[in-house]
Amino acid sequence: MIEFAHVFKRYPGGFDALRDINLRIEAGEMAFITGHSGAGKSTLLRLITAIERPTRGEAAVNGKNLTRLPRRRIPYFRREIGVVFQDHKLLFDRTVYDNVALPLIVTGTDQYEIPRRVRAALEMVGLLDKERMLPVTLSGGEQQRVGIARAVVNKPPLLLADEPTGNLDSKLSDEILDLFLDFHHHGVTVLIATHDLHLIDRGRRRVIELNHGELARDTGARP
Amino acid sequence: MIRNYFLRHAQVFFYTLGQLARAPVATFLTVAVIGITLALPAGLYIAIENVQRLARGWEDNGQISLFLKRDLSDPAIEKLSEKIRKLPAVSWVDYVSREAALAEFKKLSGFGEALGALDRNPLPPVLVVHPAATHSHPDALQSLLKDLRRYNEVELAQLDLEWVRRLYAMLDLARQGVLILAAGLAVAVLLIIGNTIRLAVLNRRDEIEIIKLIGGTNAFIRRPFLYAGMLQGLLGGILAWLLVGLGLLLLSSPVHRLASLYGSLFVVENMGFMATLTLIGTGGLLGWLGSRLAVGRHLRAIEPR
Ligand SMILES: Nc1ncnc2c1ncn2[C@@H]1O[C@H](COP(=O)(O)OP(=O)(O)O)[C@@H](O)[C@H]1O
Ligand SMILES: [Mg+2]
Repeated sequence: MIEFAHVFKRYPGGFDALRDINLRIEAGEMAFITGHSGAGKSTLLRLITAIERPTRGEAAVNGKNLTRLPRRRIPYFRREIGVVFQDHKLLFDRTVYDNVALPLIVTGTDQYEIPRRVRAALEMVGLLDKERMLPVTLSGGEQQRVGIARAVVNKPPLLLADEPTGNLDSKLSDEILDLFLDFHHHGVTVLIATHDLHLIDRGRRRVIELNHGELARDTGARP
Repeated sequence: MIRNYFLRHAQVFFYTLGQLARAPVATFLTVAVIGITLALPAGLYIAIENVQRLARGWEDNGQISLFLKRDLSDPAIEKLSEKIRKLPAVSWVDYVSREAALAEFKKLSGFGEALGALDRNPLPPVLVVHPAATHSHPDALQSLLKDLRRYNEVELAQLDLEWVRRLYAMLDLARQGVLILAAGLAVAVLLIIGNTIRLAVLNRRDEIEIIKLIGGTNAFIRRPFLYAGMLQGLLGGILAWLLVGLGLLLLSSPVHRLASLYGSLFVVENMGFMATLTLIGTGGLLGWLGSRLAVGRHLRAIEPR
């Protein structure tokens, strides 16, 4: 699903955010990416979603070579990946329903299919009764669950999350983690960047640790 | 699949309409500026059309005045008149005798007393030649004029249409001027729309970023902006049409009064169907193009971080 070979990422200005990363994550795996703040976790996810390109090395996601992916193919490439952000990135002038429906509208899903898929996603995150509300009226944990529903409504084979529990207390964090574990059980490849050690302990999955842009530890796949 | 495609476009259309309605002042200002900008060349165009129509009315009774030598006898004039009448380019010929000319001149000029003091009539006899309808084209008239000048009896032949020809030349010039003006103002409309759309794109920066992140193509992101530009352009075109119509309405009664003073039935005519369609269509097209140019440039600058 994800394969990195000697990947470097240097930001404009000359800072090396990632150095010589070698990594292989199989389809259906679940892994935590951890490390201190500034270690390069977000950069790694930005490479996987083609927001940034590797400076050196080869990277492939979903069978697509990221160094050679043409710009006009990027939207179609991203439709195969669900992304959850720490700051949710919701549209605050639209209802919960409209936010979750957005990826379906973007991909031109059949009109009659959309309500069913949106409600299925909202049901998974337990927000079916809030579909008519605006995101501002929701709590932080609920907003994050809207973000998760939006990330999975297209049923992408790969799900990424950047500090999904960063702003949440431990009880809400556990609930969010349970959602990700659930998706993993349904065969989705899940990658979570976090420095929350409690979450990692509880998840009991593969851990990939970065340190100043280098791969410091990789536990490999865990049962 | 096709139905889905139209449904999606209809949705974007109504969504955009809603967005424009939610910012009525900004929308109105943009539409007003476009409307006034388009109304200017359209109004000038329609004014030229009307003057031309008026001139065409005069052209129909275009005529050639033949001032004859003063000492010609009546039978000689009669003979000449008959000869000219038989020319294929001529429809009929009127004879204005020296006496009739003097009487008319006295009546019109108000110099009756002064002319009465003259011991002899200073006016020449005149033949008024009316060209056939088939020979009313300026070139045909010109060649007829040349033929008539060859007669010995003719002192002076004058085409009363000369000034109509000059007017036509001026109208042609004016029409070209309007075209140049219209081209300049079209660029202005592009810039107005471009700026409006640029602000709209910047306002929705976050939304565009999110849509790019979840796999929205540039075409998808562009669509509502293109509709917004096109809609505002169309509304601007309609406003321009209304402004021109209002201007003509205000002008029509003074023009009518003036025309009736001259015994003319001339009435101001509004834009025809095709011209109206062209005006409104041009508004829509410029709106679409302006937003296409602006949105392409600004979309590239917005990438997810
Ligand atoms: N756009 C950027 N330009 C320059 N430097 C950046 C940029 N994004 C991140 N960095 C730097 O790269 C390093 C890694 O950042 P990041 O991947 O966000 O780390 P993490 O998510 O692990 O905290 C940091 O030192 C950060 O300052
Ligand atoms: Mg980070």
